[in-house]
Amino acid sequence: MSWTKKDLLGLEYLTPQEIELILDTAESFKEVSTREIKKVPALRGKTAVNLFYEPSTRTRVSFEVAAKRLSADVINIATETSSVRKGETLIDTGKNIQALKADIIIMRHNCSGAANMLARALDISVINAGDGWHEHPTQALLDIFTLKEKLGKIKGLNVAIVGDIAHSRVARSNIWGLVKLGAKVTVCAPPMLLPAGIELTGARTSSDIDAVLKDADAVNVLRMQFERDENAAFPEQLDYFKKFGITEERLEKAKKDIVVMHPGPINRGIEMSSGVADGDNSVILEQVTNGIAVRMAVLFLVSQAREAKKGRQ
Amino acid sequence: MSILIKQGRVIDPVNKIDAVLDIFIQEDKISKVGQNLKVQAATVIDAADKIVIPGIVDMHVHLREPGREDKETVASATAAAAKGGVTTVLAMPNTQPAMDCAASVELLWEIIKKTAKVNVQVCGAITKGRLGQELCDSALLKKTGVIALSDDGSSVDNDGLMQEAFAQAKKAGLLVICHSEDKKLSAKGVINLGFNSTRLGLRGVSNASEYTRVKRDIELAQQTGCPVHIAHVSCRESVEIIARAKQQGARVTCETAPHYFSFTEEEVLGYDTNMKMNPPLRAKEDLEAVREGLRNGTIDVIASDHAPHTENEKDIEFDRAEFGVVGLETELSAGITELLDKKVLDWGQLVQKLCFNPARILGLERGSIAEGCFADIAVVAAQDLWTVQKQALVSKSKNSCFLGRELKGRVEYTVCNGKIVYQK
Repeated sequence: MSWTKKDLLGLEYLTPQEIELILDTAESFKEVSTREIKKVPALRGKTAVNLFYEPSTRTRVSFEVAAKRLSADVINIATETSSVRKGETLIDTGKNIQALKADIIIMRHNCSGAANMLARALDISVINAGDGWHEHPTQALLDIFTLKEKLGKIKGLNVAIVGDIAHSRVARSNIWGLVKLGAKVTVCAPPMLLPAGIELTGARTSSDIDAVLKDADAVNVLRMQFERDENAAFPEQLDYFKKFGITEERLEKAKKDIVVMHPGPINRGIEMSSGVADGDNSVILEQVTNGIAVRMAVLFLVSQAREAKKGRQ
Repeated sequence: MSILIKQGRVIDPVNKIDAVLDIFIQEDKISKVGQNLKVQAATVIDAADKIVIPGIVDMHVHLREPGREDKETVASATAAAAKGGVTTVLAMPNTQPAMDCAASVELLWEIIKKTAKVNVQVCGAITKGRLGQELCDSALLKKTGVIALSDDGSSVDNDGLMQEAFAQAKKAGLLVICHSEDKKLSAKGVINLGFNSTRLGLRGVSNASEYTRVKRDIELAQQTGCPVHIAHVSCRESVEIIARAKQQGARVTCETAPHYFSFTEEEVLGYDTNMKMNPPLRAKEDLEAVREGLRNGTIDVIASDHAPHTENEKDIEFDRAEFGVVGLETELSAGITELLDKKVLDWGQLVQKLCFNPARILGLERGSIAEGCFADIAVVAAQDLWTVQKQALVSKSKNSCFLGRELKGRVEYTVCNGKIVYQK
């Protein structure tokens, strides 16, 4: 099994084997970050560009660290201060970066499908670091990696995803990835935050958090994305915390070793209590650490595919 | 000036013609239709093995002039029309300025007189600036020569104002064409609401945003007795509501566009902005309902909703791209490929929906082939296969949803008012 795609756009587009390959590759890269000298030469002489159209610290820094540990050169473009402000189109921006002989664009964008569009227009690699409500594949990959590390497997696990499913790219990527690997996924949210036809992904739906937690081996807690949709109705914050917030009391009735995840940033007291965020079941900081290994794997694999393609031409 | 079109299979359902005949054209009229005509003509078109139909009357076209000549002009749109076998277009009023007063309409007539290659009719706006606030003077618009009213692109949200618009239009003797959309329900959506909008992470547009407004528009029109035509029907419920209204005797007609009988929402899965239109491409059951509506006569007309946009406005993020596609050059071929070949319609029915019905609804003496009629004719190589390519499109804009696809049937000659306006 080898990797053949120059881009990573979403987990919907991957086979279970391709997802496994990323996870296995990440496993072998994880050790690099524990070394005295945290660097391997895999991408020496390559240039990765972080092109972020939305504010992000966690993901951008994680990609930067991952690329640097592979010895790639990293350039950060803040769109607030670039030609984007002067009205340059996304494809023009991408073609300019390609003309600078960069090898990989890592893009965060507020429009769903922006990464798909850019990848079609360019020969260099495009890694989707989150596009609109569509996908955030590396976040889901690091969630799945962490889950597998903690529980030894994915197949057959009961995984609950709780929160603002409608506006969440993390939810969509997690559902595709987990379902492909054989987990039983339940999305749990107030009905207004469950998007149309979500059950056709293979996930079950529920609005009863206590029933869902009872069977769950893991729960992935999402942030309420108030800023993403001025049209939508959102539940009142305190009311949401009462009905869906993950608290110590709720976890007492769950499996003892339930794994609690959150993609961050956490709104303490809205989707999760502080006690749970910092508690024994929480793997939130391990997720951050694993993010580096997963992103190293993705940077490495797309580069291999890109070089192989170039070789053939 | 005379033209003889020889030995073509002439299709004219109104006159119950489907036979190999000659057509003799003198000046701008058809002077004779018959077998083996013995006449001398300045130009002879050999139409053996070809289908000969009345010129298409496309009652939903955005010419973009005046105001957005970078997208399209009267000259470029009517050249595209001629290439597609279209000899009459109805120009939608959402230009800049909108066709909401005599001065604007006069300006457009001037441009048409100078540059149009086929017949152009003008549709006036219902409200000033198409803003849904204040009615235009429909009697005055009628005097300037508009033959219908529409705020296409928008719907008049205020029920009382819309009812008054119907009453005024009725008094002026004008048809009202409705873009039936409740924007509170479509809520900035960009594709059909459902599993596909969820997996793509795009805002969805419900069928309800269309059909609830279709229902309202028909009801208000009925109360005033004004004839109403529903534009670009895309979903099952709209077809059902219109069928019911027709059974009850309402004066309602409707159209659909080739994309709604050719494609479903699945085409959007690659974020192709040439598949972004309003209303959006719908589910398979909606496409089936549209086809059935065409077959059983609920849907009277096929119109292109030709909506040119520049690449700058289309080759961008899906959310930000403009709605709409060009269609003048592909509507006949799409009809042959998707309706005729798939046995939804026969030639007579297809010609009825492309030519005669829109002419009748608009009160035009076009869309038929008979002695004394205006000589608007398309000669079609109905078996020709061709692939739709950007560079071959005559329209200034290239945003076709059929790009790269193979279609069947190609126009070889278009005759408009007795003149050859297109020749392959």
